[in-house]
Amino acid sequence: MAASVRELRAKIRSTQATKKITRAMELIAASRIIKAQQRAASAAPYARELTRAVSAVATFSNVDHPLTTEKDNPTKAAVLVIASDRGLAGAYSSSVLKEAERLVEKLRGEGKDVDLYLSGRKAEAYYNFRSRPFVESWTGFSDKPEYSHARTIGNTLVKTFNIDESNEEAIDPERAVDELHVVFTRFKSMLVQEPDVIRLLPLEVVEGTEAPSEHEVLPLYEFEPSAHEVLDALLPKYIHSRIYYCLLQASASELASRQKAMKSATDNAEDLIQKYTRTANQARQAGITQEISEIVGGANALADANAGSE
Amino acid sequence: MADLLQIELVAADRVVWSGQASQVIARTVEGDLGVLAGHAPLLSLLVPGVVEIKPPDGEVVRAAVAEGFLSVADNHVSILSEDAFLASEVDASATRAELEAAQSEGDQDAVLRAEAKLRLIDKAS
Repeated sequence: MAASVRELRAKIRSTQATKKITRAMELIAASRIIKAQQRAASAAPYARELTRAVSAVATFSNVDHPLTTEKDNPTKAAVLVIASDRGLAGAYSSSVLKEAERLVEKLRGEGKDVDLYLSGRKAEAYYNFRSRPFVESWTGFSDKPEYSHARTIGNTLVKTFNIDESNEEAIDPERAVDELHVVFTRFKSMLVQEPDVIRLLPLEVVEGTEAPSEHEVLPLYEFEPSAHEVLDALLPKYIHSRIYYCLLQASASELASRQKAMKSATDNAEDLIQKYTRTANQARQAGITQEISEIVGGANALADANAGSE
Repeated sequence: MADLLQIELVAADRVVWSGQASQVIARTVEGDLGVLAGHAPLLSLLVPGVVEIKPPDGEVVRAAVAEGFLSVADNHVSILSEDAFLASEVDASATRAELEAAQSEGDQDAVLRAEAKLRLIDKAS
């Protein structure tokens, strides 16, 4: 019995150590969410102004831009999957990957080939482990994305899409795509984060949360040098800004999921510690009771023997 | 005093400067452009360079911007650039190091950005 008390004590100690770690991770995630939300808030003015400008050009000129024109029969799509770099965030990565798989199935069902672009080590590991090919992956910034990351990803993706014959930057025709989708996790609140899909290209100027108010009348702009050139310069920037938005949403969601997962891990550790402590106490008491009854039994036996010999 | 312009100088991840000014000078693809109050609505592209904002009183605010654009509407000027720095935020030796690094890596965008910052330092000093 004594051995089992010692085993239980060891279990309690190791659970306590785990609890300390999960508690620390919970607190770190909680403090980083606030920062992630601040970043999202400080990125909002840029996105708002950019959306306003793009809507202005789109409204006041009837320019057809390759980034906004839909192909008649698209045959190839690119999917950007934004997952996390590290685990310990509950179902965060797996639910975004599941959503991506669903989208890929759907696109294949529509007769489109799919090229995968991944962000986050978890996504990379998922496809590597299953030996499924992907085109390019970016890792190392899932919990604090910078604008430059969005720019790198955006540049790669815009180049695969923008396969105008006149464009010398046009890349490898193998990689050329007709559509671009992004799978990421939308941060609805601290409690709810949902995997979501948006179609980035061909572009529809979405009036999202950062759009200017509806009733605002856009002034009649002059464009310098020309509407077409302005649009040419604006659209890639708009796409970068959308990708940045997705990355920020994903990072806030990742941190919220991690905080939630670590909170329940800490709670579970507490429950386990309590259970082990109870069992250990019981075992200790049982041990004591047994010892007492052994001593009493031994003393009685001695007394009986002595009484018999007299 | 005539009407003032409401200025917002915005980088991708923050608002760099905002406030009122009487004049803004920026370098666009068509050349240097000065904006005064009452300017017609305009959308123009910026080249990496220095933007000067003249507040009604006090010192001229200078900022280095990367590629971006400028929109003017209703006395409201938005200057958007993925990278923008105020003169007080850049450091000459650090920028020179950055320029050399960019040149050796052959990163054309970074070279332009660093050159814009250096021009800013020259003007400010």
